[in-house]
Amino acid sequence: MKLWDCFSTALRALLGNKLRSVLTMLGILIGVAAVISVLSLGSAQAAIVEESFATLGSNLIYVTPRELGMSGVGAQSTLTLKDAQAIAQSAPSVEDVSPMAQTYAQVVAGGESLSNTIIAGVAPQAEWVDNYAVAQGSFITDFDYRARSRVAVLGSEVAKTLFGEMDPTGQSLRIGGRQFQVSGVLESRGMGFGLEDMRVYIPLSTFYTTLATSQVGSRGNSVNIISVQVKSSDMLESAEQEITAILRDTHNIREGEDDDFRVLNVASVADQVTQVLGILQLALAGIAGISLLVGGIGIMNIMLVSVTERIREIGLRKAIGAKRRDIMIQFLIEAATLGLCGGALGIGLGWIIVIIMSNIATNLGFSFTATLSGDAIALAVGVAIFIGLVSGLYPAIRAARLDPIESLRHE
Amino acid sequence: MIELENITKVYKAGQTEVPALRGISCRIESGEMVSITGPSGSGKSTLMNIIGCLDKPTSGRYLLDGIEVSKLNDNQLAEIRNKKIGFVFQSFNLLSRTTALANVELPLIYSGASNRRQRALQVLESVGLGHRVNHRPSELAGGEQQRVAIARALVNNPSLILADEPTGNLDTKTSQEIMLIFKQLHEQGMTIVLITHEPDIAAYTQRTIKIRDGQIEGGV
Ligand SMILES: Nc1ncnc2c1ncn2[C@@H]1O[C@H](COP(=O)(O)OP(=O)(O)OP(=O)(O)O)[C@@H](O)[C@H]1O
Ligand SMILES: [Mg+2]
Repeated sequence: MKLWDCFSTALRALLGNKLRSVLTMLGILIGVAAVISVLSLGSAQAAIVEESFATLGSNLIYVTPRELGMSGVGAQSTLTLKDAQAIAQSAPSVEDVSPMAQTYAQVVAGGESLSNTIIAGVAPQAEWVDNYAVAQGSFITDFDYRARSRVAVLGSEVAKTLFGEMDPTGQSLRIGGRQFQVSGVLESRGMGFGLEDMRVYIPLSTFYTTLATSQVGSRGNSVNIISVQVKSSDMLESAEQEITAILRDTHNIREGEDDDFRVLNVASVADQVTQVLGILQLALAGIAGISLLVGGIGIMNIMLVSVTERIREIGLRKAIGAKRRDIMIQFLIEAATLGLCGGALGIGLGWIIVIIMSNIATNLGFSFTATLSGDAIALAVGVAIFIGLVSGLYPAIRAARLDPIESLRHE
Repeated sequence: MIELENITKVYKAGQTEVPALRGISCRIESGEMVSITGPSGSGKSTLMNIIGCLDKPTSGRYLLDGIEVSKLNDNQLAEIRNKKIGFVFQSFNLLSRTTALANVELPLIYSGASNRRQRALQVLESVGLGHRVNHRPSELAGGEQQRVAIARALVNNPSLILADEPTGNLDTKTSQEIMLIFKQLHEQGMTIVLITHEPDIAAYTQRTIKIRDGQIEGGV
């Protein structure tokens, strides 16, 4: 029997029972669609994570109080401005340091008002250490800092809410009832970590004298978080050690006692996040794989039914000269075709899911480029055909072994 | 030419053994038209299946055109069924979802022949069904379905036609039409063996082999 005849025989059998064929494909279809979308979305997600962390700045270490609550907005923290200065002066691996203290205040400009806005007191170094890109005007300058100027730099969302399309620079606004002047507006950071766009930045020196006098404690001016830029990526570890040593010293922590601060390496946090997402993706892929398995079982089930239904047909085919091999190939091709069609449709469905998801993600502000790789397609089709063949093997062997006489006598 | 020597067939049904054939010896020459008759359960179909290479005897020798069939393997038997033998069944055994033409083409698919369509059309024409080639079995009358089955048996130019009660499901008039086709084929030189219960049908053949309890009763 020629291969083409095997195919057309199998196709005719499948087309003779269209609804059943389609339903049988469904398991594989859903499984492949799930695998495709998980893989595609997973790689896009990894890119987003990388991008998000990249916006934070390079070679960055965060120092926060041990108790996470203390790094919160308005909290009295165990970290002080002096700690930041000590790190800047004494840690050889450190390039620059940007301390930040935060509080809530009402912001009013023109007719608009924003209650409970985060006001961040920062030093001029924040511009490069924390990687703030200025869209209009300028960031807080050394002069502003030293002179405790009443200037404010607005996050993009704040600027939009308060001033609309108008250029806010030079405009005045009230923060916590005090008069400030807008010196600049930041570029949007997008959805990444979210809060930057909704903050108002003022000089840290001004912050302590005007808004957050409560954060001027006995140990010095408290800060909620210190961003530390390390000279190069291979010095991250030594920088961590230096910072820990310096802070234990300035905080008078004795041997054996726990740190009252945390040192977070952004790169390692990013690695951890990527790892967690990877595990999540694997789990999802596993679930998708189970769906493929169920699809395979569905194919086997229907092929067994099909063999039983067509016992007379098989007997007749054998009587007129079909060899075992011919019968076996016919059923194998039927099963493989179910797998292949399910797989192909599954790729289509998976791709549609990916497109819909990436549209949603783009609307939410992620730059999202999910791609369907040729590898993924080849893999999906291969797996689908393989599942079809494996599921079809047992039914096909059963069909091929049928005795022609008994089969012909079958009711 | 068919030569049977002391053929026996024993079916095992659980513990008990059912001897269906008990020492059948006979010859059927090429070009003969022979009928096999006998009461129900006498072993006619069993014998036919052995002659048709669908089944192997428990003991005895069977030569088909000089070839010892019991020595062939499954694939070789399939090839013999495909090339040398044409089967016609009482219940037609057509594939219900395909057209008359596709049904007739079926043996050609397994022999890998080319020009299949042309050959199938030609045979359908010869059994008087040239105008019905694209009908499905369900759209055909019983006699027409049996003609399709005969066309399918003929399509590979076999030397032997085996028919197990080919008129068993047909009325008298249609039976006669079918028998005329067999007679024509016989006149063209084909070997035909058919099983029947009816003396009217057996009367179309040159010779009748009577079987009772797995043995030949009369005839030679
Ligand atoms: N597969 C089988 N297993 C067990 N016994 C069988 C089998 N096939 C046939 N037999 C027995 O062998 C004997 C001969 O059967 P066979 O079908 O050859 O009879 P037959 O002459 O064709 O009968 P009928 O005229 O009813 O078609 C019967 O007793 C039958 O019960
Ligand atoms: Mg019988």
